[in-house]
Amino acid sequence: MLYFLLQKEFRQIFRNRTILAVVLVMPLIQLIVLPLAADYEVKNINLCIVDNDRSPEAQRLTQQLTASGYFRLTGYTASYPEALALLEADRADVVLTLPQDFERGLMRDGGQTLSLAVNAINGVKAGLGAAYITTILQTYNNAVRVQWVQPDRFPATPVLKVAPVYWYNPFLNYRVFMVPGVLAVLVTMIGGFLSALNIVQEKEVGTIEQINVSPVRKHYFILGKLLPFWVLGNVVFTLGLLVARVVYGIVPMGSMPLLYGFVTLYLLAILGLGLLISTYCETQQQAMLITFFFMMVFILLGGLFTPLDSMPAWARAVAYCSPVTHLIAVMRMIILKGSTLHDVLPAAGIVAAMALVLNTWAIVHYRKTS
Amino acid sequence: MDAIRVENITRAFGKGQAPAVDGVSFTVGEGELFGLIGPDGAGKTTLFRILITLLLPDAGHASVGGHDVVRDYQKIRSTVGYMPGKFSLYTDLTVEENLHFFASVFNTKVSDHYALIRDLYEQIKPFKDRRAGKLSGGMKQKLALCCALIHRPTALFLDEPTTGVDPVSRKEFWDMLGRLRAEGITILVSTPYMDEAARCDRIALIQQGRILSVDTPAGLRAGYPHPLYAVGGAPMPALLQQLAHHPQAVSSYAFGEWAHAAFTADPGAAALQGYLRDAGLAAASVQPTDATIEDCFMDLMKRN
Repeated sequence: MLYFLLQKEFRQIFRNRTILAVVLVMPLIQLIVLPLAADYEVKNINLCIVDNDRSPEAQRLTQQLTASGYFRLTGYTASYPEALALLEADRADVVLTLPQDFERGLMRDGGQTLSLAVNAINGVKAGLGAAYITTILQTYNNAVRVQWVQPDRFPATPVLKVAPVYWYNPFLNYRVFMVPGVLAVLVTMIGGFLSALNIVQEKEVGTIEQINVSPVRKHYFILGKLLPFWVLGNVVFTLGLLVARVVYGIVPMGSMPLLYGFVTLYLLAILGLGLLISTYCETQQQAMLITFFFMMVFILLGGLFTPLDSMPAWARAVAYCSPVTHLIAVMRMIILKGSTLHDVLPAAGIVAAMALVLNTWAIVHYRKTS
Repeated sequence: MDAIRVENITRAFGKGQAPAVDGVSFTVGEGELFGLIGPDGAGKTTLFRILITLLLPDAGHASVGGHDVVRDYQKIRSTVGYMPGKFSLYTDLTVEENLHFFASVFNTKVSDHYALIRDLYEQIKPFKDRRAGKLSGGMKQKLALCCALIHRPTALFLDEPTTGVDPVSRKEFWDMLGRLRAEGITILVSTPYMDEAARCDRIALIQQGRILSVDTPAGLRAGYPHPLYAVGGAPMPALLQQLAHHPQAVSSYAFGEWAHAAFTADPGAAALQGYLRDAGLAAASVQPTDATIEDCFMDLMKRN
């Protein structure tokens, strides 16, 4: 019996070009495009310098800023109001003002005050822009000291030099960090969206009633629905791993069986969610909107773009209730860090509990309504 | 034993709503072709859904093939065939795949009962590799009937099978039902078309969730209580107006070119003709006529 249900399901899937495209092309495109685009390193910050000094030293500082590669000099003016106009027109993100006696003050008084105005509409860009400028100014400052201060006089302030070592991602490459996360989201979308939509489609067309008046048992019908999407989820995951290896050279550090084992468990939970949504919806449109809502919350709170630790406690609590959060964390752990079963056991426990609750709820509710 | 037995079935949707099916009772004998005739919204589909175990009744009992629709629903499901009013097969599977799928769902094979559907399936066989969604309306109907028959059900439930089907296909469809009846399959069919009712063994007229009458088509027509005249040959609006003003008028309805007028006492054809002539409708021709099922339905509806 189950064989016939599965045969029918796979026939329908392979005839549906959209589903095939979603399953085969979406992972490729998303994995290739998204990690390249979603780069935390902010480049091309528009810099405007208000140079009231026009001295060689001011020139040297400007050059050092533009040579860093982070900044694009979009304005070089002599008046602050002019620079502010640029800021308002969104043509400058950062305005650095050099005072009139910049060079003289630097040489004679051994110190100078600069002012920095940052356009904070894009918080990340503003924060990073200011940080970059500060770092470059510090380097410049050290160079000036070496040049102007007599060599026999030691720096008055002790300098603490920090040399960071980035474990598991030595070059702090954001792609290495993003790819497992994007892969987790992909598996979620295939499992959640497709399973919910598929069952609701049968409701919409009325075929579910034809099945209901037949001797087919409910659990066979549900299994016949879940298994194909469980297989599809694994296919997408495998494709994604291949892309990660070929395009980004990311080879999972941990054990493959453990990785697949966790994804299997996770798919059970997310398919359960899809099933649950489908039991509450009558049309594909409703199912689509509800699934979309969950996906948005899951993805934004899942720790893909913003670290969980930077969230307020309530948001973190919500995030822990989302299975996606755990998948993203575990994927990063196993793929990048080579974590073992022991390390992922807590997450596995939570996801297993979610799978149990969601599926039980879905089956109980499905029985009740028919 | 009755193939289908319905006793005081009631079902309402939502509190405070008038019940969709209200205390309905009737029985269908084995091998009978039983028609459920009534306008849209009369409760036909609700009744069907209760009988094929998709819906629970609020009150009353019903059994199909001796199995209770609530207690023994599993047994009913393997012995009945159901064809809903809306086309509900897999549009992305081919004709043949649909047939094989529904056969396997009922734990049988297409070849097991092929004789039963041969006549019907031969007509759509040339399109067996076409997707069901790409078939014409009549073809879809035939395929749906094939799928409902593939496990040789003892009782067949057809919910408005001919709604939206062309007259030729409708006739073919009813011919097919006649053959199935000869095979000993009990058939419960609903339709809003009164002309189809004449082809049933017995019919139940249903209106607003209540059964108005259960009888054979001939019995129903014979039981029409009023003298009835067919009047024609004059403009219909004027004719209907004059007939309604007749002192003994019960009702007058347009039936195509003719108006059917019922009276409390027989006015006589000549007298009626004279009445219409006096009213300025000299061209009108009058003749006594037998009641159609539609006349009976209109009359019953009016009295209830």
